[in-house]
Amino acid sequence: MTKTKPTSINLKTGLAEMLKGGVIMDVVTADQAKIAEDAGAIAVMALERVPSDIRAAGGVARMSPPELVESIMKSVSIPVMAKCRIGHFAEAQILEAIGVDYIDESEVLTPADEDFHIDKQAFKVPFVCGAKNLGEALRRIGEGAALMRTKGEPGTGNIVEAVRHLRQINRDIKRLTVMDDAELMTEAKNLGAPYELVKMVKAQGRLPVPNFAAGGIATPADAALCMQLGAETVFVGSGIFKSDNPSQFAKAIVKATAHFDDPKMVLEASRDMGGEAMRGVAIDTIAEGMRMANRGW
Amino acid sequence: MKKPLIGVLALQGAVQPHKPHIEAAGGEFRAVKTPVQFDEVDGFILPGGESTTMLKLIDNFGLWDSLARNFAEKPVWGICAGCILIAEKVSNPAQKSFGLLPISVERNAYGRQLESHQVEITGYPVSFIRAPVITNTGEGVEVLATHDGDPVWVKKGQAMASTFHAELTLDFPSPMHRAFVEMVKKRA
Repeated sequence: MTKTKPTSINLKTGLAEMLKGGVIMDVVTADQAKIAEDAGAIAVMALERVPSDIRAAGGVARMSPPELVESIMKSVSIPVMAKCRIGHFAEAQILEAIGVDYIDESEVLTPADEDFHIDKQAFKVPFVCGAKNLGEALRRIGEGAALMRTKGEPGTGNIVEAVRHLRQINRDIKRLTVMDDAELMTEAKNLGAPYELVKMVKAQGRLPVPNFAAGGIATPADAALCMQLGAETVFVGSGIFKSDNPSQFAKAIVKATAHFDDPKMVLEASRDMGGEAMRGVAIDTIAEGMRMANRGW
Repeated sequence: MKKPLIGVLALQGAVQPHKPHIEAAGGEFRAVKTPVQFDEVDGFILPGGESTTMLKLIDNFGLWDSLARNFAEKPVWGICAGCILIAEKVSNPAQKSFGLLPISVERNAYGRQLESHQVEITGYPVSFIRAPVITNTGEGVEVLATHDGDPVWVKKGQAMASTFHAELTLDFPSPMHRAFVEMVKKRA
């Protein structure tokens, strides 16, 4: 063994390592959480409404009621995540006090602060945040996010935005890896990202924390697509419990995610969906101001 | 001599971080998830992840029999969730397991993520993440390390278990990977 003090992956990121290669499912009741767990979900996101219902309901979407989050935590043994509004550190403090395993500072809820995201370093609980590109991802990691995900366009059942964000981050990373060291400060300025993190990404050729896919995943094929584009786990929101047969559908998504690189298994999963996927929404029919991916910076 | 081929069960969890450790310890790494792949490897690492999820996936994908047959013949190292999968008895909640090691394990005994922590085991920094606790060890179980009075690294015959994560430390190889690759070499 070498004498130098070994560096370890940050502990908060450690839990994210345990979540790799799986499916995190949005649930709104303890019963749904049980269905998700039985289907092989690695974690659940405890919500009052799934994104497509939040979209339909309009108004202000806030953190879920504590009783709901607690009842879901009691019903399953897998990790439980919950969402707070962008910049709403008081909601995050409540979720930390409840003891959730992860907090998602999420654009699905109505932002509480248009200038500042939460100082996530100040919390012991790990955070997940969404990003559309490398600069945004590194800003969130700089603030202390332990795990990144694409924003996608939540609640649409339309994968196009998640694909765009995955490809954009991959492209941004690739560009960095071939840059001369002298170019990095300017690139950090252009990305609006911390210089130290930019250097780290260039050296490692990957994000310093795991990157998951979220926003619009509605079929086993969508999950396999995201995994092959480099996502390390997928979040499925409205897709599961808005489908015809949630239990079977959840199992099919899990199977396709675990075997994303084996088309025969993804085919089997696609046959086992137990009915139709959610209907889905074309992105250009959503007014610019209603697009959740545009929230945050 | 041919390098021992270490299969890391790759249904879910912290799989890739094992690669540099296994290679630095003189083994070959392979992520495995099908019965054909299980038959090809010389030893298994059941990685950290969610034990409930792994168990469901093993059942839902029909992998139990093939894994049990392979585990009976080859060295197996269960880490955190993997430790739970190979223990004889599991509590909080009770769940089925392969029972390769006569130990009792209580799940998430340190609490949720907020209670995860980092310590040194045999002079090597490791992480406990939503870790289980080995509450009882049966006859012939060798305790290789303890933490706060609880056994955290144990071994009997061809089965080894740890409740902490050595694979997340970026100093290759960890003493645990070195020990496991040696176990596999001895058999192979």
